[in-house]
Amino acid sequence: MPASFMPSAQELMRFAPEMLLTLAGTLIMLLEPFTESGNKSRLAWLALGALLAALGLTAVSAADPGPAFSNMLLIDEFGTFFRFLVLAVGVLTILISTHYLRSGGHESGEFYALLLFSIVGQCIMATANELIMLFIGLEVSSIASYVLAGYLRDDKRNNESALKYFLLGSFATAFLLYGIAWTYGITGTTDLSLIRSALLNPASRPNEVLTAAASAFLFVGLAFKVSAAPFQMWTPDVYQGAPAPVTAFFSAGPKAAAFAMFLRIVLTGFEPLKKEWEPLLWVSALATMIIGNFAALRQTNVKRLLAYSSISHAGYVLVALTTHSGPGAAAAMFYLAAYCFMNVGAFAIITHVARRDERYVEIADLAGLGTRQPLMAGLLTVFLLSLTGIPLTAGFFGKFYIFKVALDQGFIWLAILGLLNSALAAYYYLRVIVVMYMEPAPEGEGELPAPAAGVLAAAVGSAIATFFLGLFPSSLLDFADKARRIFN
Amino acid sequence: MLETLFFYAFAALALLGAILTVTLRNAVHCAISLIASLAGVAGLFLLQRAEFLFAVQIVLYIGGIMVLFLFVIMLVNLDAAARERQYHRQWIAGALSVVGTGLIFAYFLTRGAESLKLNEPVPAGPRNSEAVQMLADSLFREYLVPFEVASLLLLIAIVGSVVMAKKRI
Amino acid sequence: MSSTLAQILSQPWFIPLVVGVLILALAPLAVAGTVLLERKVLADMQARLGPMRVGPQGLLQTIADAVKMLLKEDIIPEDANKFMFRTAPIISFFTAATCLTVVPFTGVFKVTDVNVGLLVISAMSSVGILGIILGGWASNSHYALLGSLRSAAQLVSYEVALGLALMCGVMSAGTLSMTGIVNAQMERGVWFAFDNFGLMFVPMMVYFISSVAETNRAPFDLPEAESELVAGYHTEYSGFRWGCYMLAEYVNMFSVGSVLITLFWGGWLRPFPNVTWLDAPLNYGVPIVVFLATAALCLYLSRKQPIQGYAIGLVGVAVLFLVMAGLFAWPAFNAPAAPLFWFFLKLFIIMYLFIWFRGTFPRYRYDQLMNIGWKIMIPTALGAIFVNALVGIARG
Repeated sequence: MPASFMPSAQELMRFAPEMLLTLAGTLIMLLEPFTESGNKSRLAWLALGALLAALGLTAVSAADPGPAFSNMLLIDEFGTFFRFLVLAVGVLTILISTHYLRSGGHESGEFYALLLFSIVGQCIMATANELIMLFIGLEVSSIASYVLAGYLRDDKRNNESALKYFLLGSFATAFLLYGIAWTYGITGTTDLSLIRSALLNPASRPNEVLTAAASAFLFVGLAFKVSAAPFQMWTPDVYQGAPAPVTAFFSAGPKAAAFAMFLRIVLTGFEPLKKEWEPLLWVSALATMIIGNFAALRQTNVKRLLAYSSISHAGYVLVALTTHSGPGAAAAMFYLAAYCFMNVGAFAIITHVARRDERYVEIADLAGLGTRQPLMAGLLTVFLLSLTGIPLTAGFFGKFYIFKVALDQGFIWLAILGLLNSALAAYYYLRVIVVMYMEPAPEGEGELPAPAAGVLAAAVGSAIATFFLGLFPSSLLDFADKARRIFN
Repeated sequence: MLETLFFYAFAALALLGAILTVTLRNAVHCAISLIASLAGVAGLFLLQRAEFLFAVQIVLYIGGIMVLFLFVIMLVNLDAAARERQYHRQWIAGALSVVGTGLIFAYFLTRGAESLKLNEPVPAGPRNSEAVQMLADSLFREYLVPFEVASLLLLIAIVGSVVMAKKRI
Repeated sequence: MSSTLAQILSQPWFIPLVVGVLILALAPLAVAGTVLLERKVLADMQARLGPMRVGPQGLLQTIADAVKMLLKEDIIPEDANKFMFRTAPIISFFTAATCLTVVPFTGVFKVTDVNVGLLVISAMSSVGILGIILGGWASNSHYALLGSLRSAAQLVSYEVALGLALMCGVMSAGTLSMTGIVNAQMERGVWFAFDNFGLMFVPMMVYFISSVAETNRAPFDLPEAESELVAGYHTEYSGFRWGCYMLAEYVNMFSVGSVLITLFWGGWLRPFPNVTWLDAPLNYGVPIVVFLATAALCLYLSRKQPIQGYAIGLVGVAVLFLVMAGLFAWPAFNAPAAPLFWFFLKLFIIMYLFIWFRGTFPRYRYDQLMNIGWKIMIPTALGAIFVNALVGIARG
């Protein structure tokens, strides 16, 4: 047997977090039938432990960066950054979801297994350096997500969410795959660094019409996955219909991973085409911000509101992407980290307020939260302020870096329009805060129970992260700055 | 010469099958058209001396997936659904977009044909048992991880469909 | 003249063409023979005589049946889907016959040696399922539809076990070519059924059992369980279209039997293929003894015929067998014919086993059928692949 069949220990170590999560997910499914229905939270603990162990393994593998499995994966700071991020989102999601599932009587091992598998896909998306690998990672993440969106099968909103997500998602994936096929057709490779050299090489530089076609298809697929305009249509329906903890997950993990993929494709493989990508990206960035913010103004459902808000945040990240620069990438990474924590935190509180069967997801249902449960109201305020971009919170620095980079790189009007947009966004975030503190609790509404420990832990953890990034942004930015060097 | 003839025959089969798949009303007829289309693609594989892909295409798509499709179509009575008023009545818009997309593709291909990296036609081809080995080599060396992760993907799809479909888990 | 003949004979397309034509021409005859054999053997197992009237000892019974079948009125049900109803039996027969084209009856006597021959057979037999499903569906009859659905479910389930069992043989041979597989057994000097310290016997059994299910034979003949479904998917068929289905079924038996032989029982190789001193007794002795014994049996039976014509016929048959025995003693004939003899002897034994099963085992219930397929066959086959791979690696 040839030795090259066996991967080296080094390679295995670099891929260890994903392998561990896959094993844990399979183990959870194996244990599921042997677990009494009252004891399902043990499986949640197992999943949580696996995620924490994967975090540890990510740290270990980060000590020894390099390619693995014939350049399919590239474990570098960039990948490690996003691995940490999606794993952290996974931890928070599990904390939020256990109580939610138990109170509805839906707790089962498959939920956690699918969640872990989805995170495996996202880790692969973060570290893949090859289009086929990226595609498979994306599919692993997406297919698990489709199922999670419709996890509560008897709930019509869940069904709608899952079906829309599945149909539109598969359609977008087809575009992405077609783009990959075109890319392979014109460059003869799917390896991002080889694509880059093929595009740079004047002798073999393919015809611009064909590269335009390949880029367009890739853009459609990627834009869908990060819910950027004009492919954002699915986001509100899917986010609103899915179970609240799952929405928290969707708005952070898959989106961060999709952006990781987007960044890697645009800034490495297709970097030679940056002049061609630029108009595509800024138009999309601007449209995404405007559509997200204006649509959010009129929402009455909190989940839908946050869905539109997440669209607009994708727009901000796209502004950073438009600059096609190392600092832009670092700013996008910082922003995504900040966004993930504050958004998951906000959804944790929404999950808590929504209660069983999600009966209370209107903005009006938050009325009087400031007096009923000051802690939860305070936490939600922190997250909303951070989403607005108020100083001292992570959101402020996120926006600051992005617009700074945009100004530095000469996208002045894009930065100005972005700033105007975030001013507009303040309106709908503050409206929620006003309702929480200024309006009396509605009569005859059921008692709001004390928050479950998991939700509380997730919310407090997210809040700490939000403040930490707001107060000591350099800690993460330094890391992001190191990571973005691969793009120069 | 003969090869060209076969190419056009198989290509026509694939295209015609695909068109009939989306235009016919009866679901069973659609499935059969799809089978014809897949068989056409299998034929194209054979013309490229990719016997392995040819056989796998038939085993998996025609023998596996399409049989299950037919199975489901026959178990679910779709006759009533076929008689219903169809939602999409956008023939004109559909035709226009097809023509538009076709023109764009025609433009792409005429403008950029010279830079498409087509493989040189293999005169005799490696002996096919070697070709299968080469396929296995690249699948289990270079593409080992995608291959393995694809199996995880299938596992997720199975688990997911059971989760979605089963009354009580 | 003789030079042009030699030229034609040496053309690369000559033998494939001849064999192809022979397959198409002889397959129906072989099917007729097998049907007669089946009726006779079953009758014997049930202490009956079976067909005795048409021809000596009922030898011409199936020929008469075939003639009757061809002359029958061709009925297509009023509400059937006409096009599909006509096409489905053709699909079934066409795919079944195609399977035989990649079977190497001997190293020379074959249509073609496709390098992925085994996969082609898998492909064709899986396309054959379509003929059954579409036929059942097009008939627009509940019995037919249920029969075809049962059949499709059964075939799809057992196809998996079948494919996995095949993998073991492919692993041992290192090729997917049918000829290559037999040659590998020649080189290794052992039939694969006994290879790997006898471990290969397990996948062989899995293949054999699954192939019984794959051909819808008893005890897995649920698709046409007479007591429940009239005749299953071909309830509405009559005449020649029904004949197509029946031919396809028996040809499929031949082809799964051929694959079994090729993959596990040494194809055209004689027992102990690399022990040279056994050449004379096995390649000459066995065929001659077999043909002589058959001739003797015919002569014995000819004395019991009620009609003199039958007796003369049987004597004629006996003479034929004697001539065959004589030919096998002639080395120039023996060299190409002995492998053929071994192949068909093995095929005959397999066919006999198929019939034997039908005569002895009761039909399984549907859930039992599925359990055997999914819970016994597939895991066993997977385990066999794993173990055989390990043993194969260990042996180098």
